[in-house]
Amino acid sequence: MSAVVVFGGLGWVVVNAPNWPDVQRSFFDTERIAAAVPDLIRGLSTNIRLFLIAEALVLVIALVVAVVRSVPGPVFFPFRLMATVYTDVFRAVPGIVWIYLLGFGVPSLGLEGIPNDQFFWALVALTLVYAAYVSEVYRAGIDSVHPSQDAAARSLGLSRWQSLRHVVLPQAVRRVIPPLLNDFIGLQKDSVLVSFIGVVEIFRTAQIKQSANFNFSYYVGVALVFIVITVPMARLVDWLVARERRVRAAGGVR
Amino acid sequence: MSAALEIVGLEKAFGRLEVLRGIDLTVAEHEVVCLIGASGSGKSTLLRCINLIEPIDAGRIVIEGDEITAPAVDVDRIRRRIGIVFQSFNLFPHMSVLDNVTLAPRKVLRTTRALAEAEATHLLERFGLADKRVEFPDRLSGGQQQRVAIIRALAMRPDLLLLDEVTSALDPELVAEVLDVIRELAAGGMTMVIATHEMGFAREIADRVCFLDAGVVCEEGPPDRLFTDPSQPRTRQFLDRIIKAGRL
Repeated sequence: MSAVVVFGGLGWVVVNAPNWPDVQRSFFDTERIAAAVPDLIRGLSTNIRLFLIAEALVLVIALVVAVVRSVPGPVFFPFRLMATVYTDVFRAVPGIVWIYLLGFGVPSLGLEGIPNDQFFWALVALTLVYAAYVSEVYRAGIDSVHPSQDAAARSLGLSRWQSLRHVVLPQAVRRVIPPLLNDFIGLQKDSVLVSFIGVVEIFRTAQIKQSANFNFSYYVGVALVFIVITVPMARLVDWLVARERRVRAAGGVR
Repeated sequence: MSAALEIVGLEKAFGRLEVLRGIDLTVAEHEVVCLIGASGSGKSTLLRCINLIEPIDAGRIVIEGDEITAPAVDVDRIRRRIGIVFQSFNLFPHMSVLDNVTLAPRKVLRTTRALAEAEATHLLERFGLADKRVEFPDRLSGGQQQRVAIIRALAMRPDLLLLDEVTSALDPELVAEVLDVIRELAAGGMTMVIATHEMGFAREIADRVCFLDAGVVCEEGPPDRLFTDPSQPRTRQFLDRIIKAGRL
């Protein structure tokens, strides 16, 4: 009820703003939006291809980085250091900067045998940035498994790797699925950043249409498309979190 | 013939806290030794050191003639021969009872799944848990969980079983079922070192009782003598406190 009042009130203020008719024409032209939907969807297919490949790679790379960072012992110090430097650097620098540096920088080296297309390097940049974030999520999961679990596994004669593989990681990964999906929502939205180095995807498509027609409604179309693909995922995350809480409340840790 | 377990001059400190200050202990094959002593006397730490979960600072541990504390020993191979059961069960919550029991035989001994499961089922039947094979640990009572933990250790056919206050985390009415399992193992000739607060049980099951105090074996002897006529004043003090608490 109160939501209706708040949003109704805000809507009333907007619609009665002095320049509303102009804004309505240049931002909420429903006919233009409807007509652009097929092209926007075509652009979106590039985003989807980008973030699905990136997500698959992130899952694997982040896990490897997290495991390397949690292996004790002086022998592994150089590897731990490398993994730490990687996560620090890729989280410190804004994603758009990585996309520029890799997307324009690497192809201009003119090296033989490495891909030159912008899509590839945009994919690499997004994957590396998000793998750095997700590796921290995994690491929190690994740390949340009580050391007594590892002790129990090792006492049975399992090696350090076997204990990690069969006892620690399965429990850790299960616990971090919600925050991990949360990062994937961020990744899916950030896939539009690759338009800045010339990859034609949904945002770039809207941009082209906007400059051709001097109308911003296409961006509202982009917003609607992302709402449609992201909100269900956000609901899924909430549902998983709630389920996890119920299981814990019931005394289980499964 | 070499002893099942021989410990010489074992020392262990956590930072500046010296927990074990020169433990000497020998356990013969098929012998059941109970460790008693106040909380913090080093019983649990001693068991964890024998299993090499805790690295030791000084001393030697010899299992059937093999010095396991020698440098460059493969600790994974050693641990297969020494089972340990913890106070807090430490079952793997994401696995069924059957998988908990068969994980180590399958992954460490490379037993086939079929064979490992047949052996596990046999053990579960022997201790009255066959109907729980597909359950997950959170569906079991504490007593059942601890029995599964013992079976999980037995599945590796250890030469030596270490029990670390295995009934301390249980509700009183669940203690008996776990003690019954240990009785049966003792009757079957399993070599065991048992840290316990159950003095009545120690007296009944132990071939020998060791009283740990301030990080050393203060006194050891057959249970009847140690519980009724201890020679050390500190042992007497400890037992008096236990009696006053109504635990003996």
